[in-house]
Amino acid sequence: MADLDPIIEVQGLVTRFGERTIHDGLDLTVRRGEVLGLVGGSGSGKSVLMRTILGLLRPSAGTIRLLGADLASLSRDKLVALRSRTGVLFQDAALFSTLTVAENAQVPMRERFGWPKSLLAEMACLKIALVGLPDDARDKYPSELSGGMRKRAGLARSIAIDPEVLFLDEPTAGLDPIAASAFDELILQLSRTLGLTVVMITHDLDSLMRITDRVAALINGRAVVAPIDELRRLDDPWLRQYFGGPRGRAALEAGQAAG
Amino acid sequence: MRATLKAERQGDQAVVTGAGTWLVDQADWLAVRLRRLPVRLAGVRQVSLDLGGIERLDTSGAWLIARTERRLQDAGVEVTTEPPQGPGDADLLQHVRSLPLAHPRLAEPPGAVVALLGRVGRAMEEAGRLAVALLGFYGAIFLRTAAALARPRQIRWTALAHHIEQTGLGAVGITALLSFLIGLVMAWQGATQLVRFGADIFTVDLLAIAVLRELGVLLTAIIVAGRTASAFTAQIGAMVLNEEIDAMRVIGIDPIDTLVLPRFFALLLAMPILTFIADAAALLGGAMVVLFELNIPWVQMVGRFGEVATLTHLLVGLVKAPVFAFAIALIGCWNGLRVERNAESVGRMTTQSVVASIFLVIVVDALFSILFVRLGI
Repeated sequence: MADLDPIIEVQGLVTRFGERTIHDGLDLTVRRGEVLGLVGGSGSGKSVLMRTILGLLRPSAGTIRLLGADLASLSRDKLVALRSRTGVLFQDAALFSTLTVAENAQVPMRERFGWPKSLLAEMACLKIALVGLPDDARDKYPSELSGGMRKRAGLARSIAIDPEVLFLDEPTAGLDPIAASAFDELILQLSRTLGLTVVMITHDLDSLMRITDRVAALINGRAVVAPIDELRRLDDPWLRQYFGGPRGRAALEAGQAAG
Repeated sequence: MRATLKAERQGDQAVVTGAGTWLVDQADWLAVRLRRLPVRLAGVRQVSLDLGGIERLDTSGAWLIARTERRLQDAGVEVTTEPPQGPGDADLLQHVRSLPLAHPRLAEPPGAVVALLGRVGRAMEEAGRLAVALLGFYGAIFLRTAAALARPRQIRWTALAHHIEQTGLGAVGITALLSFLIGLVMAWQGATQLVRFGADIFTVDLLAIAVLRELGVLLTAIIVAGRTASAFTAQIGAMVLNEEIDAMRVIGIDPIDTLVLPRFFALLLAMPILTFIADAAALLGGAMVVLFELNIPWVQMVGRFGEVATLTHLLVGLVKAPVFAFAIALIGCWNGLRVERNAESVGRMTTQSVVASIFLVIVVDALFSILFVRLGI
């Protein structure tokens, strides 16, 4: 269960691109062990927030503490070391197309620890089994995999060196409903067994219902954070549309029926 | 904080104590020590793994524990494990134990000779397969051409005109310029040698024969191969990627009729014209040297040229043009249709088109040379 130890603390974040203000004094705390969903309309800055927390983008104002360290004050080496304690699954998995699945999973281990080949192979096998890919997927190239398998392979790479926090950018987008549900289950299982903290950008209401502990909605440059049941009751025009539309209602009903 | 590992044996029993942080950054150290364990404990019948002292555990550590248990058990040892006490650690260990994990096959890299033979064999097999496929494509083009000639109304005249413009008119500038420069260089190099023997006038012979028989057409073919074979592959390949080819087939349009034949005949028509232009430009370049560097009067030059440059020489060059065009269009279109549904493949096939079509052009040119020598032309 989530304890209250913060793993990410964002305070007063302001992000501007030219004239456009994306985040306007955004505060967000992610607790160790929780699964946090990140929702918001197109252009509300979900991906930008993820990139900013990872230190890929520099904020215009505000402080970000990731795993207890203030990003702005870190040297390059420290930032690299810190990033190796995080894992990211990009939207289209971003697998290296010239490497097999096993080699993809080995890349972070090799870069970080320089292990001997036998240990690399063994650990890659473990990660591939952890994400539920069959043995024969190990030697395949990304182009030979289906969308769902590619996402799993991407997940195997992102958990390769046992990160403490895992970022997922639309993990179920482009998957069929069966593959999407299976992927949700996998994330839930991994977050529980590995004690992972998960920050998940998603539009998938079923995923939100099924696996998130809390949901952060990005509205007007700020984050409204609450468990999904509370978020539904808030009086905000965007949230009302989001949860009140036909898809939202269907997902909520299905969620209530199941849970 | 580090991981620690201690093993004590008493007779046929042993106690292995693990403590500290069994995390991914300790995995290398742990893996080496745990692998030695079954050897060190040879002869032991009962091992108790006391892991209660492990403060932190992740999947790497859990896997190493599970692997060690399995190896000891495989060696006939009875293993009892006291799991780590951290929250969730025992569950994690149990989860990793339950994974259906086949041992990684660490394929021994084959020796250099075997690897070389393997590569050669695979390449030969692939080459054979491609040759058969290319032959099939070649046949399909003939069949579709016959069908089109039987029903000329179905010929895509607009597409044909468009491709003549693209492959022919568009290449005139670059072909003429490069040929002009090569003619200039050739004449210059020839003249500096011939002047030493007082045989300046033979520069005209050299130029006329070399350009008309070989250089003009070869240069044109290489430019067209670089320019047009790659364009054909990229255009058709992008359509494959976009599922346009499949869409055509579903609608009932044969992609060979709409995409391949117009490109084919456009190039077949454009190449001889381009070759003629290249011939003229190269000769003009050579003439510049003859007139202004060797100071041979133009009447004498033209007279000599008239004697040397027979129609045969011109035709020997021009007759090759459609054959080269055929080879270039065949490779370009075929590689375009072979593109797989990933972006990388378009780039790979485009590169291959250029290399393969230039290769084919030079091989065909060599065959022509043998043919002409045998025929005495």
